[in-house]
Amino acid sequence: MTAPLHDTNAAQTAAVDVAADVPAKAIEGRSPWKIAWVRLKRDKVALAGGVVVLFLILVAVFAPLIVSAFGHPPNDFHEDKIDPLFGTPIGSFGGMSSDFLLGVEPVNGRDVFSRLVYGARISLLVAFLAALFAVALGTVFGIIAGYFGGWVDAAISRVMDVLLAFPQLLFIIALVSVLPNSLWGFSGSGVRIGALIVVIGFFGWPYVGRIVRGQTLSLREREYVEAARSLGAGRAYILFKELLPNLVAPITVYTTLMIPTNVLSEAALSFLGAGVKPPTASWGQMLSKAKEYYEADPMFMIAPGVAIFVTVLAFNLFGDGVRDALDPKGSR
Amino acid sequence: MTIPEQASSSPSPSSPSPSPEPLLRVSGLVKHFPIKKGVLQRQVGAVQAVDGLDFDVRPGETLGVVGESGCGKSTMGRLITRLLEPTKGKIEFEGRDITHLGTGQMRPLRRDVQMIFQDPYSSLNPRHTVGTIISAPFKLQNITPEGGVKREVQRLLELVGLNPEHYNRYPHEFSGGQRQRIGIARALALKPKLVVADEPVSALDVSIQAQVVNLLDDLQDELGLTYVIIAHDLSVIRHVSDRIAVMYLGKIVELADRKALYESPMHPYSKALLSAVPVPDPRSKHKRERILLKGDVPSPISPPSGCRFHTRCWKATDICTTREPVLTALKTGHQVACHHAENAPDQAPQSSAVLETAREAIAIVDVTPPAAGAGTAESGGTAPAGTEDSSKE
Repeated sequence: MTAPLHDTNAAQTAAVDVAADVPAKAIEGRSPWKIAWVRLKRDKVALAGGVVVLFLILVAVFAPLIVSAFGHPPNDFHEDKIDPLFGTPIGSFGGMSSDFLLGVEPVNGRDVFSRLVYGARISLLVAFLAALFAVALGTVFGIIAGYFGGWVDAAISRVMDVLLAFPQLLFIIALVSVLPNSLWGFSGSGVRIGALIVVIGFFGWPYVGRIVRGQTLSLREREYVEAARSLGAGRAYILFKELLPNLVAPITVYTTLMIPTNVLSEAALSFLGAGVKPPTASWGQMLSKAKEYYEADPMFMIAPGVAIFVTVLAFNLFGDGVRDALDPKGSR
Repeated sequence: MTIPEQASSSPSPSSPSPSPEPLLRVSGLVKHFPIKKGVLQRQVGAVQAVDGLDFDVRPGETLGVVGESGCGKSTMGRLITRLLEPTKGKIEFEGRDITHLGTGQMRPLRRDVQMIFQDPYSSLNPRHTVGTIISAPFKLQNITPEGGVKREVQRLLELVGLNPEHYNRYPHEFSGGQRQRIGIARALALKPKLVVADEPVSALDVSIQAQVVNLLDDLQDELGLTYVIIAHDLSVIRHVSDRIAVMYLGKIVELADRKALYESPMHPYSKALLSAVPVPDPRSKHKRERILLKGDVPSPISPPSGCRFHTRCWKATDICTTREPVLTALKTGHQVACHHAENAPDQAPQSSAVLETAREAIAIVDVTPPAAGAGTAESGGTAPAGTEDSSKE
């Protein structure tokens, strides 16, 4: 039996030699990211979501350009478009016209389209930065808790439990009411936006932290971690070079699914009056104002409502697609 | 599977030649994993995974370590590579005490002691390319090999029989056997003196096992390596080892040259273990008997008193329950820890009354092949699989 086995070995080496001769160019490995990208490209629904997300980001970034081309400055009053008797917009569908694409606001006649476009800036800015903040905190604490275990893990896990049980909505409303008008060089809406980002992010990190901790717990037992240790790797190398690359996929997935939640949180807080200060436009604030006029002017409520709905839906579809692409084995 | 013994080609001593300086010397090595309970994490007990090992590894030889699952083989391997901190005892590498060195102090020594892991699917980081994986040793040890890292990686890939052009690929693009070769290349990158292989082939297909085992053999000849190979497959161990240590419940019960062990095992446990090796000849008319040990291995949390094997031994007497036998050389180069060793004079003739329980400790099964087909790869015998496992693994 020995002889044939050696033959197989030799045959394989020979085959390898032949293979080495044939291709002239270097063999490029398909990285897990490339494979995920190929899978994502096949998922039409996720791609559609991604396109909408990209469109929304572009709208937010180029808001001033878009508004100067298609609308009026967001804080300008157009009282000539308002019925002086009832305070409602003149014309059908909230005063829609080629001049005012989505009509005007009741009472003061501000351009709804412009305010919607500028509102996207606030919504997406808060949602993205809060998600980044939460992911940064969650990753650091999650990986520490998972890798070191013991009392470190116990302490971090208890803090996460406390934060998850915390009545964050009440906390934010209370916090906003005591916020000074200017803080660390920011003033007015800047302070409010900063507070929203920090607070939404701070209450979001335990969700990321739990996922990262769980993943780290299972990854640190893999033999490649031991292999790295047997080569003389220190803690930092293991955490950042061996474990972190394997955590990027779940973190990416969770981030894309967290952004729509943050959009909703921001809208809810603005609706409750804890968001940005008027006259700065935000979707939640527009909704809040629209609830006073919804019988006379439903269009004013539909516009920001649809915007929030489309944003959240697009992010969720895209996030689901990213998850399926990165983790095809995972159950839905 | 049985791979016939290799025509002796290794540079290692096939007969015990007195070597002046062992590469690795282990004495009284103990590892207990504490069991903690309650809010205060009080220690309520300990898993005595490894409980007092003494052995030497000589330069150039292959020491095989066999034993059932949970007998402490892998813990032993991780202790001598210092992935685990020993509870007690002493590990000397080339005369230097490495028992309690910290990560930083251990780093330069990592060049000389390397490890090959069991599971080729978890021992390679899925997010790293093969090039990154094999060059990690150079990066971590701050070494620039002659001709650059990339060339060295490609040379190593070629050495283990892989296409050197594949260094940009990811582990998932390789088969199990190829992945194990990558793991071997990584272990050999720093030109170590001692390689500890923890079940290097048990996760592989039988045909691939042979390839990898032969690769390890060839590399030993080529690079003059010393191996400690941990396995539960007796055929693999027989094929690769010069000396073999048999472990049971955290202790070495027998340590002997391959030939001596397979031809005349002295410890009853070794005898039972070796009787499980299938004979790959379906036409064999030789009468063969298998010793089936009944029951399970006792818990390492509270191991039996005296000789740890006495609960399952058919030769157990009073003395076995009270006094622990020490590992002593009964023949040249044949150490055994037993009061009533087989193929040797009785060590405790004063205690001769065999225990009541010992009479029922085993079952002898006649495995003389009825007609044909007794030699399937792993399971071999015709005995019911359930009982077989406990004696074979």
